Amino acid sequence: MSGAREAVLARVRAALGPAVEVPEVPRAYRVAGALGAGGDSVAVDRFCERVADYRATVSRVRGDELPGALMAACAQREARRIAVPAQAPPWTVDGIELVRDDPPLSPRQLDALDGVLSGCALAIAETGTIVLDGVSASGRRALTLVPDYHLCVVRSVDIVPSVPDAMAALARVAAEGRPITFISGPSATSDIELDRVEGVHGPRTLDVFVVDS
Amino acid sequence: MSAKGFPAAAREALADAQLRRNLGKATSTIRAKRAAMVEEVPDWEALRDAGAAIKARAMATLPEQLERLEASVTRAGGQVHWARDAAECNAIVGGIAREHAAREVIKVKSLTTDEIGLNDALAGQGVEAIETDLAELINQLSHDTSSHILVPAIHRNRVEIKRLFEQTIARGQDLGWEATAIAEAARGHLREKFLSVPVAISGANFGVAETGTICVVESEGNGRMCITLPRVLITVMGIEKVLAEWRDLEVFLQLLPRSSTGERMNPYTSLWTGVRAGDGPQEFHLVLLDNGRTDVLGDEVGREALHCIRCSACLNSCPVYSRTGGHAYESVYPGPIGAILTPQLRGLQNAPTLPWASSLCGACYEVCPVKIDIPSILIHLRGRIVREHKSRLSPEALAMEAVGRVFASQRRYERAQKLARLGRGPIANAALPGWSAMRDLPEVPAQTFREWWHSRTPGPIRGDGPAP
Repeated sequence: MSGAREAVLARVRAALGPAVEVPEVPRAYRVAGALGAGGDSVAVDRFCERVADYRATVSRVRGDELPGALMAACAQREARRIAVPAQAPPWTVDGIELVRDDPPLSPRQLDALDGVLSGCALAIAETGTIVLDGVSASGRRALTLVPDYHLCVVRSVDIVPSVPDAMAALARVAAEGRPITFISGPSATSDIELDRVEGVHGPRTLDVFVVDS
Repeated sequence: MSAKGFPAAAREALADAQLRRNLGKATSTIRAKRAAMVEEVPDWEALRDAGAAIKARAMATLPEQLERLEASVTRAGGQVHWARDAAECNAIVGGIAREHAAREVIKVKSLTTDEIGLNDALAGQGVEAIETDLAELINQLSHDTSSHILVPAIHRNRVEIKRLFEQTIARGQDLGWEATAIAEAARGHLREKFLSVPVAISGANFGVAETGTICVVESEGNGRMCITLPRVLITVMGIEKVLAEWRDLEVFLQLLPRSSTGERMNPYTSLWTGVRAGDGPQEFHLVLLDNGRTDVLGDEVGREALHCIRCSACLNSCPVYSRTGGHAYESVYPGPIGAILTPQLRGLQNAPTLPWASSLCGACYEVCPVKIDIPSILIHLRGRIVREHKSRLSPEALAMEAVGRVFASQRRYERAQKLARLGRGPIANAALPGWSAMRDLPEVPAQTFREWWHSRTPGPIRGDGPAP
């Protein structure tokens, strides 16, 4: 096995030759911070508009309106038993059984639930993307994957303008070895005549709640 | 695979009217979507410049980046393997699967594993590989091969897919004509596999040396299922997929989705680093694969082909691909990028017609998110094939050599012009059957310019002096 390692590295060195030029990387694009700090009405408006483009529903609510909005959404989707992350905030939704992921729910238990309610680490305005980082309100990865219905709470302060803003904020998460998941709309495929069709293996319904803070 | 060569394979594809309609519809749809998504990004050209430089830097420092990646992944609890070629890679993957007594493995769509024939190799070791991407599933069920990098079943329309599913995974059901019903059939068919199969295999879009993070970009969620639910995850990654820094991802996560599916962002992007206690597979293997990539790296011009991020924009914009489809290229890498990558990976002598599968119109270069100069590499490879592999005694080589000698001397040139007048027509047509089948040889004029110049009456050239 180590033979293969040394052989491949030797081939790479031989292919490059002794004097290979190493180019500088020009970063003349909009880097992190170029579009401001985010969390403002420009970023929030754009995020909401772009999430809706993916045929996810998006609602803007005040903190005290959140329980009512969650309840209405569950009623509309006929969801009664909803998973929540082990370290989720103390959400309550009247008439809905919130099943805490503690001890961890098995994939089959998750598959039997009607949905999952999570928060997120941050969100990207330009692309309408929710970013989960595996801890606290994001939960572990299987939780937001197996149930067919995902309700995601996004705090407006967590919305950053661009992809470079998000990657800068996530550098520490990656360095700590935590898994990161980007979610942009419900599960979809373009495999049939290159047309985006919602609903394959991931959650087929995504409801996003942006809480103004 | 017994290769026919591009011209013969393309002729067969062009005769299939249904195929041409399917391709025409799909490629024109995606071209328009891509154009709209690129248009709204004000710094697109700056992103392309950065993307090209990041890849060039990663290749120039490849030994260092691979060793850093190995160290980062190992530190995060993963195991790193190296494979010189397809056979070595398949043996490693099969060995891990059998160690876990897996009779089935679930797979994320991966061109690299298609390139090395992993599924057949696993079958030979008693392990069944189940493709979970919708298009890969379509091809697996119909015993077909991929014809597009992003949408492997692009040659199939929805009616064909519906009929296939009604004969296989949805036997006895009527799926109707909606694409959502087709997608739902795939969901129902694979859900139990996701919940029960203990080993998954993926490819990688990017591997970050700095952090040891692997990135997989997808749409359906089958990738997330495979990466998250099984106990063991094996990722096969070509050595050219390594990036030096975490920050480099901020460029590619903008370039790739807009270039490939014409979306601001694809539905799901997964980034994981080794093993995470209590979350996802508790055993992670990364196999770093060469399989001809170092041969590509050895060609100073051709090595740019290794910068490819597999977006498929060059396929969709190519006037040749959008008519012939992918099968004519006889490789998992079709289209313009395939025409420069396949011959270099397999050896020029094993795919000698592919660098000619292009009109050199340059559309592929225009849309390439990392600015690979595909037309220049095509011309470079054409030159190499003629120099290194075409027989020196071929009619074309002999004719060109003779022409070279004639042009080198005035006396020989003038004599040749006289001979041309006598020798063209039936003799030339017989000598150049391939050439003259689709072209008319030009008429040779009765008098050449040189003959006219010598025969004219010397005198003042009119219009040359001041008016009288």
